[in-house]
Amino acid sequence: MLIEIDDLSVTFGKGRDAVRAVRGVSFAVNARESFGLVGESGSGKSTILRAICGMAPVTGGELRIDGVPLPKRRSKAFSRRIQMVFQDPYASLHPKRSVDATLAEPLAIHGIKGRDERVVQAMTDVGLDPRFRFRFPHQLSGGQRQRVVIARALMLEPEILLLDEPTSALDASVQAEVLNLLSRIREERNLTYLMVSHDLAVIDHMCDRLAVMKDGRVVEQLNRSALASGDVREDYTRTLFAASAHEVAP
Amino acid sequence: MNALRRDWLLDPNPASHGQARLGQFYLGWLRLIRNPLAVIGLVIIGLLIFMAVFAPLVATHDPIAQNLGNRLQPPFSSGHLLGSDEFGRDIYSRIVYGSRVTLYIVLLVTLTAPVFGLLIGTVAGYFGGWIDTVLMRLTDIFLAFPRLILALAFVAALGPGIGNAVLAIALTAWPPYARVARAETLTVRKSDYIAAVQLQGAGSGRILFSHIAPMCVPSVIIRVTLDMAGIILTAAGLGFLGLGAQPPLPEWGLMISSGRKFMFDFWWVAAMPGLAIFIVSLGFNLLGDGLRDVLDPRGTGK
Repeated sequence: MLIEIDDLSVTFGKGRDAVRAVRGVSFAVNARESFGLVGESGSGKSTILRAICGMAPVTGGELRIDGVPLPKRRSKAFSRRIQMVFQDPYASLHPKRSVDATLAEPLAIHGIKGRDERVVQAMTDVGLDPRFRFRFPHQLSGGQRQRVVIARALMLEPEILLLDEPTSALDASVQAEVLNLLSRIREERNLTYLMVSHDLAVIDHMCDRLAVMKDGRVVEQLNRSALASGDVREDYTRTLFAASAHEVAP
Repeated sequence: MNALRRDWLLDPNPASHGQARLGQFYLGWLRLIRNPLAVIGLVIIGLLIFMAVFAPLVATHDPIAQNLGNRLQPPFSSGHLLGSDEFGRDIYSRIVYGSRVTLYIVLLVTLTAPVFGLLIGTVAGYFGGWIDTVLMRLTDIFLAFPRLILALAFVAALGPGIGNAVLAIALTAWPPYARVARAETLTVRKSDYIAAVQLQGAGSGRILFSHIAPMCVPSVIIRVTLDMAGIILTAAGLGFLGLGAQPPLPEWGLMISSGRKFMFDFWWVAAMPGLAIFIVSLGFNLLGDGLRDVLDPRGTGK
């Protein structure tokens, strides 16, 4: 197992104002697998991704990568293994930095040489015209921005990519393009995906296995064949399926 | 040729970093010169700088040469464009040379106070917790004193002189910048693009200086240009009280102070340097207003 999450709890705030966003969640992701987390908003799925990155207050449980518990402060070595694609491409690019500066930053942090070739290569890899290299985020469309975000996440050649609703802020036509891009990259680079979405159709398209979340708990874990045959145990999963089946085929 | 250069600057697909930067700069410039008031401000500041640099050429007399037989001449008389003061020195030439002192004060203060304020503000805002509390209470203490009084206290302790006046102004001018920078830092520090660089393994220094500070700089710059009038006035005030520049240095505040004695009979001795302070302050204020439109990060791209 590459990623193991064992009885993870995340609590924001203290005392009476405490919000228990994640309550004892356990699941594991194999290497080169694509694992999905589904649930309505507020079910704690994004918080799990943030907890893995060390950006959420973990109050219990353990996170392990390759069987090794994650240290309290995430190291540079961690950055080279795990990267994240954020939900909103408008908020996750620095408004005053060009595409070139954004993509070159991780290289500068880790002292990797060959900046120019790598930046151009990364742009071509995600289907961005290298002519856009010196543009600023406000000169790009939503889909182009998300490609920049994906390219940035790939700059350090990580083996795990955390995807936080990577397409929910995009138009339907662009969504499909970005999802295809993500699938292609995973195949090419043998990546492991941990993907969060509220859209079962997206998860169905992308993931081998999935966990359904509700109120900070995992309700049920399914694999793709169970998803296809509708072989589910929990009522909540069934409601969720019914809701999104409606959405997919109106 | 001109159209070609314009196309190169506004190219949506710049070929290099430099071209992209210059293009952004050019767009900002276009936005600035669309605002007539900002242009007036820019022209005033331009004239001030020109006057300071070419003072010996612009001035008609030696600013400290006394001519007691020719004292207190009214404007437009006997070769004195703006009249002469109680020692028969040409007021116009003194104002021209005084622009050097004014510019010197303005430059030194703007090079120190905003930088210090930015540092304190971003550090406090980014790290939060007890660092924030300590730094911000310190800022509050400085803010609680009236600026001129605090500057007076500093100069009184350090001794009069233009250098100490600048130091005193800088020491009293930084807290508002720290506040502005902290507020701006608080709005960006939780944003996804900062989370992204943290996740890339960037250290606090890199995040602060190359990711957070650039977002705070526009508001601080605007604040500085708007405060510039206040800085000039504080310097003039210190000069007026005899704690800034020392005679016979042609400093505008000092000139008003010495002209005060003759205000009722020979109004121009105090009024002319006062007018100079007024015009320059106005120029910085207008420019600051214009810069607000140009540098506001939310305005970019429109």
